[in-house]
Amino acid sequence: MSTDQDIYAGSTETSEGRVFTVSGQDWDQIVSGLAEEGEDRVVVNMGPQHPSTHGVLRLILELEGETVTEARCGIGYLHTGIEKNMEFRSWVQGVTFCTRMDYLSPFFNEATYVLGVERLLDIEDRVPEKAQVMRVLLMELNRISSHLVAIATGGMEIGALTVMTIGFRERELVLDLFELITGLRMNHAFIRPGGVAQDLPPGALDEIRAFIALMKKRLPEYAALCNANPIFKARLEGVGHLDLEGCLALGLTGPVLRSTGYPWDLRKVQPYSGYEDYEFDVQTWDTCDSYGRFRIRLNEMHESLRIVEQAADRLAQLEGAPVMIDDKKIGWPSQLAIGSDGMGNSLDHIRHIMGESMEALIHHFKLVTEGFRVPPGQAYVPIESPRGELGAHVVSDGGTRPFRAHFRDPSFTNLQATNVMSEGGMVADVIVAIASIDPVMGGVDR
Amino acid sequence: MTDKPADDKAPEQPAVEQSPENLPAAPGEVDERGRRTGMFGVSGSGDTSGYGGLVAPVIFPGSAQRPYGGWFDEVADALDTLIADVVIHRGEITFHVARENLVEVARKLRDDPSLRFEFCSGVSGVHYPDDTGRELHAVYHLASMTYNRRIRLEVSVPDADPHIPSIVAIYPTNDWHERETFDMFGIVFDGHPALTRILMPDDWPGHPQRKDYPLGGIPVEYKGGSIPPPDQRRSYN
Repeated sequence: MSTDQDIYAGSTETSEGRVFTVSGQDWDQIVSGLAEEGEDRVVVNMGPQHPSTHGVLRLILELEGETVTEARCGIGYLHTGIEKNMEFRSWVQGVTFCTRMDYLSPFFNEATYVLGVERLLDIEDRVPEKAQVMRVLLMELNRISSHLVAIATGGMEIGALTVMTIGFRERELVLDLFELITGLRMNHAFIRPGGVAQDLPPGALDEIRAFIALMKKRLPEYAALCNANPIFKARLEGVGHLDLEGCLALGLTGPVLRSTGYPWDLRKVQPYSGYEDYEFDVQTWDTCDSYGRFRIRLNEMHESLRIVEQAADRLAQLEGAPVMIDDKKIGWPSQLAIGSDGMGNSLDHIRHIMGESMEALIHHFKLVTEGFRVPPGQAYVPIESPRGELGAHVVSDGGTRPFRAHFRDPSFTNLQATNVMSEGGMVADVIVAIASIDPVMGGVDR
Repeated sequence: MTDKPADDKAPEQPAVEQSPENLPAAPGEVDERGRRTGMFGVSGSGDTSGYGGLVAPVIFPGSAQRPYGGWFDEVADALDTLIADVVIHRGEITFHVARENLVEVARKLRDDPSLRFEFCSGVSGVHYPDDTGRELHAVYHLASMTYNRRIRLEVSVPDADPHIPSIVAIYPTNDWHERETFDMFGIVFDGHPALTRILMPDDWPGHPQRKDYPLGGIPVEYKGGSIPPPDQRRSYN
């Protein structure tokens, strides 16, 4: 078959050189075309629509043969103006926006924003214990689900499809727990200034315990499947090398930083939400490569499971305790309940505001329509998300809406290491290096 | 939480003491960044509340007084004449720096063995349209991993001359962060290796995060009712 007349995958001449449009199974055409040109150097546009670039990430690779001489990222394809939108909603509504940024770790987005707001409100010490424990529980479950996706998609990108299927199988269990506790599998908007939106539903602790027991059996499967697998190791070892100096200069945190052997974990060094009360170990590796980052993620899931277990034990002691601050001017007053006409404010609450307390009605009305005011100032409370330091720079001018909320997303910062990690290596290793950073484009572009 | 200074030497400086709202301040010391009128966000319609004429200044936390307490003083001493102002609010310290001193301050913070702020969390812009003469603020968050400390640097520039020296040479991580702040606010970081837009398309007009840039949106109609776009709804200012 002649490929000269292929209307889908033709080639055009431009001032920059010959441009080939690749649509699959047409590699021969490019090879012969390049031989005609006598050109060794090719610039390849990888993405933004490509299954192995972790979402809408565009890579511009300059190749000589199969060696990458230059790599650059093009981002912004998923920019949705979340930070701008938050300036037009109340402080509480802000949670529903920022939870959508890094969609694999929604609770971390909510938590860092809420911690910033609470610091500005000066209520950090008044958030009820149960709310703190529930936040930790949800964040650690979320860390497990996020790391599972990192490992699953990372495996898929190098052709290890079983790793992908079992990774998503286990993630599904975590999402079921999220659905049970918050009502949603993602975009929860569950962590609110002053506490969390809803108490644990009946039976949730039993489900969590069953999940812990199951995961203790399943997590070792990943180790058995990958840790010593010669193909897996050959693809990952020594790939995406970045040492401690490189990490600090480029601002990399999370598993990438810990893969250099430096135990920097904000849960330990600058504890928030009561992390100082839990027993867990910071996981490090000393190879500075993709394999080390994989092993760190695997080990961190075990540590997260340990924390979930401790949090579940503490929640068992806290049955019936409040999950929202008792300040009537800040705490969202109502709990949701299922009524005869579906989900809505609980009947107890309606009875209270309509029949018993005029003040409660006023507070409810003011909070729901206007929201609360936050004293002027700015705060930055970073937390350890699965990808590294996630922080919200929250600025208030004393109004009922955020004056500015800027998120320092670890995916955004860590992606800057793409070129140092992949230049001089092979094309196939670019994918592995990026998978080891585990960027989530929703967080990168916000 | 960051390693906060020990309490024995650190005078507690709660907002209530620093805030000029509660304490008479000498003229010129109040950090006023705008005014708020009315109380319920009603404008353009007949004011039936009687609060429409209310004018309240927007006052940010004012300068902190020496001693700042613990390591706050150590860092302030090391920077000394390079800083214009210090604000301590909610346990976080902010150093206001004039733009001509920024590079020197950043270099000192990174290299001085007694400071060692190795890690920069990037730069975030804030646009205060009513803060006349210093409308655009660039806010840098730095962390010292050696000493487990966190500080904030704030540089403010007028809208008419939005230039700030780049610190990419000192903290390479700020490459993309400065591009984002340029993209969103139009702050020009002089000396940046390639200051181009990063999130918005290259040919995008305007800088979306500025307060004078509209949010946009269309009314949503549902069952005969019409809900205006978010920036045109009633706002409780």
